[in-house]
Amino acid sequence: MHSRTSDRADVRAPLRASASDGLKIVIVGGFGVGKTTMVQSVSEIRPLSTEETMTQAGVGIDDASFVQSKTTTTVAFDFGRISLDEQMVLYLFGAPGQERFWFLWDRLFAGTLGAVVLVDTNRLADSWYAIDRLEYHGTPFIVARNNFTAPQHTLEEVRDALDLPSDVPVIDCDARERDSSKAVLVALARHLYSLSTSSAARETTA
Amino acid sequence: MIRGPLDSEDPDRLYTVTGGRSRADESVFDMVTLIVSESDPTLGMQSEHFKILRMCRRPMAVVEISSYLGLPVSVVKILLCDLLDTGKITARHPAAARPDNGGLPEPETLKKVLVALQNL
Repeated sequence: MHSRTSDRADVRAPLRASASDGLKIVIVGGFGVGKTTMVQSVSEIRPLSTEETMTQAGVGIDDASFVQSKTTTTVAFDFGRISLDEQMVLYLFGAPGQERFWFLWDRLFAGTLGAVVLVDTNRLADSWYAIDRLEYHGTPFIVARNNFTAPQHTLEEVRDALDLPSDVPVIDCDARERDSSKAVLVALARHLYSLSTSSAARETTA
Repeated sequence: MIRGPLDSEDPDRLYTVTGGRSRADESVFDMVTLIVSESDPTLGMQSEHFKILRMCRRPMAVVEISSYLGLPVSVVKILLCDLLDTGKITARHPAAARPDNGGLPEPETLKKVLVALQNL
């Protein structure tokens, strides 16, 4: 699907020389919900994929057990990129919501601006764990329902089913459409901006 | 879940690439830290170092390097530590996260992100 040769990397849509500030947004969702599709529809590069591994804790430098260890946790994820201006580059990560992924959250996604929880209303239960973990890590998020087919429920029903606080935006989208995926990112950015101004206000009044 | 080639990666190769080290000072690099080469690759260099210097003539994020090299992010960080220690690369770290604002960046930064996304 993608080349791993550095020769190809050299010619592949390089960043501006002035690019200096990488930002992260994570799209979390169950298998087949459309994370990769969403990354692909808004990314300026063809989505790439890579992996992170976590070996057993306590394995030291030059410890031969590193080679023999079979207790490695591996998580694969896709990502894309949007150059926002001369300096800022936004990286979009499509991340699996399964349990082992959250062991690597701090290592991979510390400093993430926020998250999009992409849901399929036929499998809402797939999202509960992700929402619980995002709340635990204090990562702001919005919920986007991906409608590959006509939705059977109202967004309010989705909000109730997921037991979301009233201030978490819930929106519809079609991850295949660039404009629709863009609208999801705009909704998240608006939510983050609103949170930052209200927390800044709290600090001023404190 | 996409299964990449690394799932079948031979651990021996990762061991060789890193010279047996299993940890880097990971706090140095974020996944989206942008790496820029400060010198040309030279013959005789470890091939991964050579490739990194060549691909980072323009800024490139750690995670992109990881994808192009087909190596886990943590292994790439170890390789980058070598290059940073010897002054062959510079690292442009993310400025965004501000723990003193509930983990959020400054409102002005988020406003810029919002406007830029609206203008895409």
